[in-house]
Amino acid sequence: MGWVWFHRFGSPPYFYRLSKRMVPWFAWSALVLCVVGLIDGLVFAPPDFRQGDGYRIIFVHVPAALLSLQVYVVMAASAAIGLIWRMKVAHAVAASCATLGASFTVVALGTGMLWGKPMWGTYWAWDPRLTSELLLLFLYLGYMGLRSGFDDTARADRASAVLAIVGVVNVPIIHYSVVWWNSLHQGSTLIGAGGVAVPSMWVPLVIMIAAFELYFIALLLIRTRGEILRRERNAHWIGEALGGPPVDFSQSGPPASPASPSVAPPPALGSYGGASGHPAAQHPAAQRG
Amino acid sequence: MNELTADNLHLWRGEHHVLRGVSFELRGGQCLQVTGANGAGKTTLLRALCALVPLEAGQVCWRGRNVAADVAAFHAQLDYLGHDNALKADLTAEENLRFAARLRRRVRPAEITAALERTGVAGSGASMLRWLSAGQRRRVALARLLLTGGALWVLDEPGSNLDQRGQGLLAELIEAHLSGGGAAVVATHQSLALPAPKVLPLALQ
Amino acid sequence: MMVDGGKSERVAPQAAASEPPLSLLGAAFAVMQRDLRLALRRSGDTLQPLGFFVIVTTLFPLALQPELALLRSIAPAALWVGALLAALLALDLLFREDAQDGTLEQLALCGLPFTALLAAKTAVHWLLTGLPLVVIAPLIATALGAPAAAMPGIVAALLLGTVALSLLGAVGAGLTMGMKRNGSLMALLVLPLAVPVLIFGARATALAIAGEPTAAPLYLLGAMAVLAITLAPWAVAAAVRIGLE
Repeated sequence: MGWVWFHRFGSPPYFYRLSKRMVPWFAWSALVLCVVGLIDGLVFAPPDFRQGDGYRIIFVHVPAALLSLQVYVVMAASAAIGLIWRMKVAHAVAASCATLGASFTVVALGTGMLWGKPMWGTYWAWDPRLTSELLLLFLYLGYMGLRSGFDDTARADRASAVLAIVGVVNVPIIHYSVVWWNSLHQGSTLIGAGGVAVPSMWVPLVIMIAAFELYFIALLLIRTRGEILRRERNAHWIGEALGGPPVDFSQSGPPASPASPSVAPPPALGSYGGASGHPAAQHPAAQRG
Repeated sequence: MNELTADNLHLWRGEHHVLRGVSFELRGGQCLQVTGANGAGKTTLLRALCALVPLEAGQVCWRGRNVAADVAAFHAQLDYLGHDNALKADLTAEENLRFAARLRRRVRPAEITAALERTGVAGSGASMLRWLSAGQRRRVALARLLLTGGALWVLDEPGSNLDQRGQGLLAELIEAHLSGGGAAVVATHQSLALPAPKVLPLALQ
Repeated sequence: MMVDGGKSERVAPQAAASEPPLSLLGAAFAVMQRDLRLALRRSGDTLQPLGFFVIVTTLFPLALQPELALLRSIAPAALWVGALLAALLALDLLFREDAQDGTLEQLALCGLPFTALLAAKTAVHWLLTGLPLVVIAPLIATALGAPAAAMPGIVAALLLGTVALSLLGAVGAGLTMGMKRNGSLMALLVLPLAVPVLIFGARATALAIAGEPTAAPLYLLGAMAVLAITLAPWAVAAAVRIGLE
């Protein structure tokens, strides 16, 4: 029974309509939380005894770094869902995650470098966290590069799904090997969560993390809607969804992502003859040949 | 008894709706002759039948069972010959055939020689494929079909690079295969010299 | 059944279609045998990665100074960066040609587990491109100032590391199989994934040169190699199937 909503969510027109209503909620709450968090963190939180006011950049740096990793996991998970259950929306979500995740990574790197200058005296000191972020950026760039190498969107989806799954398995390995590599030389790094034991410091941090999360969800919904529009532009439901006159077609309704509660087990990888239901396949004019 | 049935196959290549509701029922001893202009989707259809390309909708059944349920068993009875010969240029004809057959079953050298004889390249067994002409290589590729013993032949433009006698040979081989109870799907521009009741035409737009 | 005059056209009887396919081991062995034979006939191509490895590691002393103490400290880096780049170069040989002449497809269509057959191909590929690096490494290491006592550690590290690299690289090679200018994209895909191998391999080499016990990084390298052997074949098969569409 729980599978019903899962598959309904996977139907492009349903997702499109639903996300339209959801975006404002996420966007506004993200904005509010961001303002509250920044004011609290920049104005009200006390200066750190070691780093003075310079530490305040963590209110942007830490959420960005956290989210850059999280987005990769979301990307890999939705790509895996798209691959196994052949769900178009999942692939669209994965495609949308890539640029978002890469942007968060760039922000994390940039703010990390800005923090490093007053702290270490140099913009880049091969700190393990920043080095991991850099490698994560390469993983995102590789994903985006692989996507762009395929002309056919469906093949690009599948190939990049394999890459994302391989990547997500490797991310913890890469991170811990970099941490270990760095620990050989200079002991623990200056940048850590160690300076935020005081509630007046970690409360704004948590608020900012929540703000970034909501911001990510809002952006993801917006981008995924755009992605769906691009992929389904020849489908019948688009005209009505975009506010055109209602079209009367006998095969109306969401394409056949199976909505029955007793969903068949997911087809094997690389399987064949699946019923993922491209919208125009419902068209009655099934010309022979 | 229907050996191979296709039911409302749909396939997109990027934006292009290549297969639009293709359906057919092929019986044992019959050959499905797929015709169509360049780009109509003949190769795509054949590759989709072999489960190399995933279908957007529709299903293919072999001997009553959905191919997707057990692709390996279907492949074990399938012989596919595409545009390329699927032969390595740096191996001799014999080595190529021995390897291709070895994936399916143990094969004796005499069988390989006999297959090469049947397809008219008897003397080229020990020659590197590199040194053979395009027509000779195609004949070697046809010899592979004789060795692997699949019940279903899926041939994509098998007559390309073959001369007049080669075309005749091809028709003989297909007819013998059909007479033995096998089925065939052949994409071709030319007409196959087969008796009419054995041929099921399918024209792609 | 033999072909007999002109009576029976079919060399293989129809009954063969219903026999179970030949054992997987036999087929995998046939794949390995064929790939080895092909590699021997095109020995120029097969030796290129080795030559590349030697040249790249030679560049380091040329770019610095021929001072053995200095070279000894960069020897791990030179060996491993060279091995990584040589492995990337070698990956081109793995699937590209078979994909182009249609033989890779036939492996997918023979009814045997594709994963296992590709694993066999990757194994032979490592034998031809990874193992030579391991064999010549002591020579290069000595040229870079490493003491003789360091050799077992260096060889062990490269042995495990090249296995992991071959498998990770096979995933990248499979994903970029059909693309034209795939060289730099494959590098972009594979190098971040190869960083852990690089870190621990170089560390093991450095410890070996310094005469210290190398067990810890070697164990980790071994773990990575095992992880690669168990998980990578799935990804390689999935990637190649997509490439064959």
